[in-house]
Amino acid sequence: MIQKDGRIQTQSKNLLVHLCILFFVLIAIGPIIVIIINSFKTTDGIFSGPLKLPDSKTFSLDGYKRAFENGNFIRNYINSTIITVGSTLLTVVCSCLAAYGITEYATKLAKMIAGLFTIGIMLPVTLGTVVILKMMVRFHLLNTHISLILVYVGISVPLGVILMVTNFRTVSNDLKEAARIDGANEFKTFLIVLPLVKPGIAAVAAITMLPIWNDLWFPLILTTGPKTQTLTLGIQQFVGVHTNDWQALIASLVLGAIPLILLFTLFSKQFIKGLSDGYSK
Amino acid sequence: MKSRNMMRKRYRQLVLFTSPALAFFLIFAVFPLMGTIYISFFKDAVFVGLANFKFLFTDDNSSTRLLAAFLHNCEFFAIAASVQIPLALFMAALLTSGRVRRLTGFYRTLLFIPSTLSVVIVGFIWRLIISPLWGIVQYPLLGEKTTALPTITLMSVWQYLGIPLVFLYSALLSIPSNIIESARVDGASDIRIFFRIKIPLIAPQIGIITILTFIWTFNGFDIIYALNGGQPGPDFSTDVLGTLFYRTFFGWDADQGNQNLGAATATVIFFIILLGTAAYFAIVQRRLKVSQL
Repeated sequence: MIQKDGRIQTQSKNLLVHLCILFFVLIAIGPIIVIIINSFKTTDGIFSGPLKLPDSKTFSLDGYKRAFENGNFIRNYINSTIITVGSTLLTVVCSCLAAYGITEYATKLAKMIAGLFTIGIMLPVTLGTVVILKMMVRFHLLNTHISLILVYVGISVPLGVILMVTNFRTVSNDLKEAARIDGANEFKTFLIVLPLVKPGIAAVAAITMLPIWNDLWFPLILTTGPKTQTLTLGIQQFVGVHTNDWQALIASLVLGAIPLILLFTLFSKQFIKGLSDGYSK
Repeated sequence: MKSRNMMRKRYRQLVLFTSPALAFFLIFAVFPLMGTIYISFFKDAVFVGLANFKFLFTDDNSSTRLLAAFLHNCEFFAIAASVQIPLALFMAALLTSGRVRRLTGFYRTLLFIPSTLSVVIVGFIWRLIISPLWGIVQYPLLGEKTTALPTITLMSVWQYLGIPLVFLYSALLSIPSNIIESARVDGASDIRIFFRIKIPLIAPQIGIITILTFIWTFNGFDIIYALNGGQPGPDFSTDVLGTLFYRTFFGWDADQGNQNLGAATATVIFFIILLGTAAYFAIVQRRLKVSQL
């Protein structure tokens, strides 16, 4: 009897915890769902009943149609993809190389370099924007994808290196020694070890990608031209200018958010690993 | 002799492997920051010592703006830290309580989704939801001087809650289970275990997420700019150091931008962040580590 009471008590406690979390989940994704729902409505539908589902009268895909007809939208998408993928790839490559060097050739200098990158994680690089802009003007890189990629790699590399160092530390020496005995040079040895740190690479990629795709500051300074504008900046300007076309506006917001929500849902484990490993040092 | 050669080889390999990452980091992160401090002592390529700082701190208009922006940042940080971190801790505690089991990952992913959105989208979503056009909220929260900044801060809290949540969640998970078990055997309740054992054990992580929130909010710009532009109203009531820096350096409307004054503003912000972080590590974090033992 006592045992049964205990079980009921545990179950009701469990239910309470679930309800509590569901309440927070609702606050977290409720607003997003409201926006997605409204992206499928006519302007009338958006304003007469913002919280209602679209019905036969208020259902409309015009917003999406007009978002795509806006010539810049697709180009902005491509720009953001090039910049995000380019920066992430470069960050991953540089971080792996540096982290391998730091763990493999453990010297005083290696410790100093690791310390430098640890401080770098917290460095507020946006405060160096005046000089970054000067540099880009000087090298004629204003309004190019490269300008943003260079800056983003500079910002992302410290966290990437520190994360990869923790990953390379877990690799046993046997494989490396075996490779060296087989006559592999240092770079080849690095390549042989690389598959073992795949989870780390995924974590670095996931945590690098997100802030770059969403960044507003550097696109606002370095790539304001229509040809190289990123999606985030494009939407920002769309919000500022076309406040009358609510349908297209809401549709483009949804289209802008979807890639990262999808990516994150797929890679949430890697992302969370990156976040908690990277900043806990 | 041989070992000396070995050492030299090791150093050469170390430099080879780390140089690409170092090059990016030094050229595009460290150099611009140092360069910014350097050019804040100049005016149109002429060395003027501390004149730019003197202007920022003593000119009527600019000192008012600087102080106001600084106080707004303090308010932003105070609200963000006092709402976000306890809430995140509470949710992390629920997720790691062992009562959610299989759904833990699912909940965690959903709770994190707002953090994957760009501020432009977050700003728009919330502006629409609280706008009188939709009529869910009748009061013009963003239009009144007293409520505008807290409202924007809470939007930011909503967006980034997932980051401290995930961080503290991992910290709670890493507590050795035998500590918890032995406390439970001694008859301690869940709530007592949480406050007396778990929180002291993860105090260093709570400290780190607090200082990261400090750095992020004092360096913040995006959400304010996305909602209110470079001259954030009403009547500068949501102006923060980030938007002040942008305006000083890049200009806004009729105001001309000024590189050197912009650099000086950035330098001031940099030192505020540096001092805050250094003070934190010198005073708080050390004690937390000691108390952990």
